[in-house]
Amino acid sequence: MKKIKLLAAAALSVAIAVPLAMMSTSAVAAGERYILVSHAPDSDSWWNTIKNGITLAGKQMGVKVEYRNPPTGDLADMARIIEQATASRPNGIITTLADFDVLSGPIRNAVDQGINVIIMNSGTPEQTRKVGALMFVGQPEYDAGYAAGLRAKGDGIKSFVCVNHVISNAVVAERCRGFADGLGIKLGNSMLDSGQDPSEIKNRVLAYLSANPKTDAILTLGPTSADPTLLALKENGLAGDIYFGTFDLGDNIVKGIKSGIIQWGIDQQPFLQAYLPVVVLTNYDRYGVLPGNNINSGPGFVTKDGLTLVEKYAGEYR
Amino acid sequence: MTQTAEAAEAEAAEPEQPPVDERVKERSKFHQALIRPELGGIAGTILVFFFFFLTARDSGMFSPSGVLNWSIVSAQFIIIAVGACLLMIAGEFDLSVGSMIGFAGMSIALLSVSLGWPVWLAIIVTFILCMGVGALNGWLVIKTGLPSFIVTLAFLFILRGLTIFAAITTTNKTIVGGIRDVAEGDWLAPIFGGKIFTGFFQWMGDAGWIETFERGTRKGQPVVEGIPMLIVWALVLVIFGHWLLTKTKFGNWIFASGGDARSADYVGVPVNRVKILMFMFTAFCACVFATAQVMEFGSAGADRGLLKEFEAIISVVIGGALLTGGYGSVIGAALGAIIFGVVQQGLFFAGVESSLFRVFLGVILLLAVILNTYIRRMITGEK
Repeated sequence: MKKIKLLAAAALSVAIAVPLAMMSTSAVAAGERYILVSHAPDSDSWWNTIKNGITLAGKQMGVKVEYRNPPTGDLADMARIIEQATASRPNGIITTLADFDVLSGPIRNAVDQGINVIIMNSGTPEQTRKVGALMFVGQPEYDAGYAAGLRAKGDGIKSFVCVNHVISNAVVAERCRGFADGLGIKLGNSMLDSGQDPSEIKNRVLAYLSANPKTDAILTLGPTSADPTLLALKENGLAGDIYFGTFDLGDNIVKGIKSGIIQWGIDQQPFLQAYLPVVVLTNYDRYGVLPGNNINSGPGFVTKDGLTLVEKYAGEYR
Repeated sequence: MTQTAEAAEAEAAEPEQPPVDERVKERSKFHQALIRPELGGIAGTILVFFFFFLTARDSGMFSPSGVLNWSIVSAQFIIIAVGACLLMIAGEFDLSVGSMIGFAGMSIALLSVSLGWPVWLAIIVTFILCMGVGALNGWLVIKTGLPSFIVTLAFLFILRGLTIFAAITTTNKTIVGGIRDVAEGDWLAPIFGGKIFTGFFQWMGDAGWIETFERGTRKGQPVVEGIPMLIVWALVLVIFGHWLLTKTKFGNWIFASGGDARSADYVGVPVNRVKILMFMFTAFCACVFATAQVMEFGSAGADRGLLKEFEAIISVVIGGALLTGGYGSVIGAALGAIIFGVVQQGLFFAGVESSLFRVFLGVILLLAVILNTYIRRMITGEK
């Protein structure tokens, strides 16, 4: 009896080990291997575009690209993942630089071990230089927020609330700061820590708007906060009435822009942030060619005009 | 001739038997040596290493930097698992461990960077604060008679909220950096964030036995500089916890308080004191985790330690402790933490598709617990 149970346990573990082993051997079969490490928790849908971007780039370039992230979004865990990625000796690492203090050490270690690194999405050109990465591909967040603030100011906005679903990401909070500076007002209490859960976000937005009825505008920082905010506005009847701008695109955001609830969306074109680093790294490894500067993937304002292609690929490649 | 020999043999086969008590079941020495809560953990650990040796051997998982990677992650789990283990054996839970990690880290950062206190003072004050919150947790559980599950769940929210509030109101940011600069030359900080045996690793690097950096300012230095204090803390806590639990009177009190608090009370065990002290010890462990993390990374974030309470509890349960209290082992919890850490990092090494990562993690952890439970039942004979 005991032996049967032990045998069963052994058989079960083999049943798991075999597919895993096959998966990992197929991973080695392709040419160059790159790893993209993001700071996003599993629940952040925006990163799906990134995954599609690296899959497409991997297919076109004939390389293997793996995607990794800390499941809860804990940046200390992300540092461990970068260390792990380094230890597995890939040809290159593409990573975000969401917190310089935490991540600069592990990234520097990778660079000094001869692994090429490209910073994407979060970080600044200065930080990129400091950690020794090849380049930065992304949207300068403060500038993007500032541009949006100027635009809103032109539309007569005097107060706003910034719905921040990634309060831990200091770089993303820069968007709110830039927006406030663009409007020429103080950020003060206008940044709302909404959390990641859709119904929580919706209720917090509702609560904020009923507590602060004089709010002119809403700024959301991505689909995670924009989608529930759309629902909230439909519920309290402010949809189309209140000035609504958002960062990033997604299915619902595009629909919102089309129906006039959302005035504009700022597309930082995550596809380029994922696709270009893979292409750049591969060409650098194969032929030694490297573009001479950082690449700005955004900001691009998406408004009601010219939505067709955006609509077609929203959530997939946009 | 042959008859006498046979008679002698028969005589030898029947020596004088000691009186046998029929109530005592006979157990072989081997069997006796096996009856320990950590046996399942030992088997699981061997299985997990065997498994990753098969699937991820060539991925760098067993290179020095790879080993250091999963060792650090395991050591982190061990630190919080030891506290959670002793508390669970004493019959209580602490769900505020994760929030406590964020709280402690932010406390050190705000006191030292924003208020300009010396780092050693910030660390000591934070330890006192955390153990105070731990004591408050325990006191509330004892006084109200509510399940510790509920009381500490409340503190999960309270501490996390306070952490974000304190960070936002004092610095306008949720991540407070710059601790590395203020910790420069501090006497207490290296005890949490330093590395030992650096000379030995440099020597191995010079001899070409371990990898060294290929380029940059640290060219020629070994990739693995030394053993981080985090791992030392994990070992010290395991040894202390194991000693406390198995070699002291207090250890018996812990088992008794968790096994049956009322009976323990009747025979004179100070149950309330034991439980409150265990809550404080859990808080202490969380604070060690947070301090080591802050000193290593040089910054504190309001969202650090998310879900760590469950990771601690999972490690303890994999290690063979019972959720109901009164049974468990610190060594087992440490092995559980190693299994968890190795599986988590090992899956990355094995190149598992990221969206399936949690599925594999869940399945392997479930298998570890099932295997563990079976082995325990086989050995102890419990049904």
